Amino acid sequence: MTRKIGKSTREAFGLALAKLGESQPDLVVVDADVHNSTRTEHFAKKFPNRFFNVGIAESNMVGVAAGLASSGKRAWAASFAAFVMCNAYDQLRMSVAFPNIDVKIVGTHCGISIGEDGPSQMGIEDVGLACSLPNFTVVVPADEVAAEKAVMALGAIRTPAYLRAGRPNVPIVYDAGAEFRLGKATKLRDGKDATIIANGLLVAPALDAAEALASQGVQVRVLDMHTVKPCDDAAVLAAARETGRIVVAEEHLAHGGLGSVVAMSVARQHPAPMRFVNLGDAFAESGTPEGLVQKYGLTSDNIVRAVRELVRS
Amino acid sequence: MTRSTSDLSKIAKSIRKYIIQSTTAAGSGHPTSSLSGVEIAVSLYFGGFIRHDPKNPNWPQRDRFILSKGHAAPLLYACLAEAGYFSVDLLPTLRKLGSPLEGHPNYERMRRDGLGGVEASTGSLGQGLSLGLGHALAVKLDGFDSRVFVLLGDGEIGEGQVWEAAMSAAKYKADNLIAIVDQNGYQQTGATKEVLDLKPVADKFAAFGWNALEIDGHNLTEIQSALSQALANKGRPTAIVARTQKGYPVQHLLGSDPNHHGKPFTEAEARAALEFIEKN
Repeated sequence: MTRKIGKSTREAFGLALAKLGESQPDLVVVDADVHNSTRTEHFAKKFPNRFFNVGIAESNMVGVAAGLASSGKRAWAASFAAFVMCNAYDQLRMSVAFPNIDVKIVGTHCGISIGEDGPSQMGIEDVGLACSLPNFTVVVPADEVAAEKAVMALGAIRTPAYLRAGRPNVPIVYDAGAEFRLGKATKLRDGKDATIIANGLLVAPALDAAEALASQGVQVRVLDMHTVKPCDDAAVLAAARETGRIVVAEEHLAHGGLGSVVAMSVARQHPAPMRFVNLGDAFAESGTPEGLVQKYGLTSDNIVRAVRELVRS
Repeated sequence: MTRSTSDLSKIAKSIRKYIIQSTTAAGSGHPTSSLSGVEIAVSLYFGGFIRHDPKNPNWPQRDRFILSKGHAAPLLYACLAEAGYFSVDLLPTLRKLGSPLEGHPNYERMRRDGLGGVEASTGSLGQGLSLGLGHALAVKLDGFDSRVFVLLGDGEIGEGQVWEAAMSAAKYKADNLIAIVDQNGYQQTGATKEVLDLKPVADKFAAFGWNALEIDGHNLTEIQSALSQALANKGRPTAIVARTQKGYPVQHLLGSDPNHHGKPFTEAEARAALEFIEKN
């Protein structure tokens, strides 16, 4: 189905952060010289004295944010997902996760949908890395509505979190008034034959796949698992028990992302056959976002195929 | 409260005893890395440079001390106990299962156990100066005149993040940030001049826009005068490169290895060291 194309989740994040800065005078933002890409520029323009651009130095960015948080500030630090998660991982581990302090990390330019800049800029392992940090909440919003609500929800907790945001403008999935609760998957469609669990860029294709399957007589439940950690085990259990088959779709490597998290939850609670739509175990390449999404299989057709494999068996 | 140099010398002796006793009781740890920084830490905590309140450890206007060289945790714990954050009776539990005095400082654990004074979890080297800068920026936003002292090792400054922090501290004119390098000349596998010679260290900080000083790190008068100069300095952060000796003043009792990194004293070495410290 055709959906209205909305803002990118990074733009929605940036606007929401600037809004949150109004009601939270102790909110500070640290940047590693990419504020026009991550869209923390909206906050920077409004609150220049609470914005710190430390230069191209992600490790120091995270450390400075941690110091600010240790002195009581609500610290946010944003860069490309690939750079903040991979370059500054030890700092995230030692200076944020271990002391369990209020630092929110935002990784933009996630996945392959950034397009032409190519694999060096593509954060495709960030969710797995973030989930491996104790005390972290990990959120992957699907559209501008969910991104804004995620920022507001994360701003209300005083523990570490990772928010994943994308570069391209993406279809709007949610009504402005839709409910968003951290740690609670959103049921977007119900069905009895299988469940598609998706997040981020794959939520809209999951809905398209469900629609295509319905026309073939297969009724599919669709869950937006925007919070990867903590995993909504109750929603996973209900899906396994009530629909018996699960497909997980995400814009991430196979290892460590939503698929791994859901598979563990299924295995522990109620074993059921599963299929996975993701980036496997390989780097992508340069190209248009649309071309890459097609070539690397992050499509509704591929999700339909995965559901069909399970429903046949 | 300012104390006389002879009072500080007495406190330094107590701190050294705590370091040696706690690491020997633990059977592991980094006593020599802790001993080199004793005069620096004693000057900060007991010479009136750190304004703090052990009864109200989270007092927002307090000065901060961050032990970036986290393996010198026994030095930090001894100073905190001596200052009254917790009882000295806790020191012998160092590194033991169930004790909050872990091998390297654990910020959350200490808080959970109701013990104040540890401002950061450290132990993965190179991270303390960025944390210190974050604190320094936060207290300026709050309009406080708090100062932030960060103690680094001379091997530790091989970590690139230290220099990322140094560059950005100069950009933000963080004159409330004071880095002290405990230049004891050794790192894990040998002498710093052989592993990675970063001398001249003070010149490097100066080139990065810092007010940089070099002193004898076992001379209480020199340390206090450098700290006073650092506090009077405006518009840029200060780095104090303190020349020290690893294991001071008992390294000669530890056999042929002048580094003795990450090794506790044996019972016999500890006895001899404590006796030497008592007499000198």
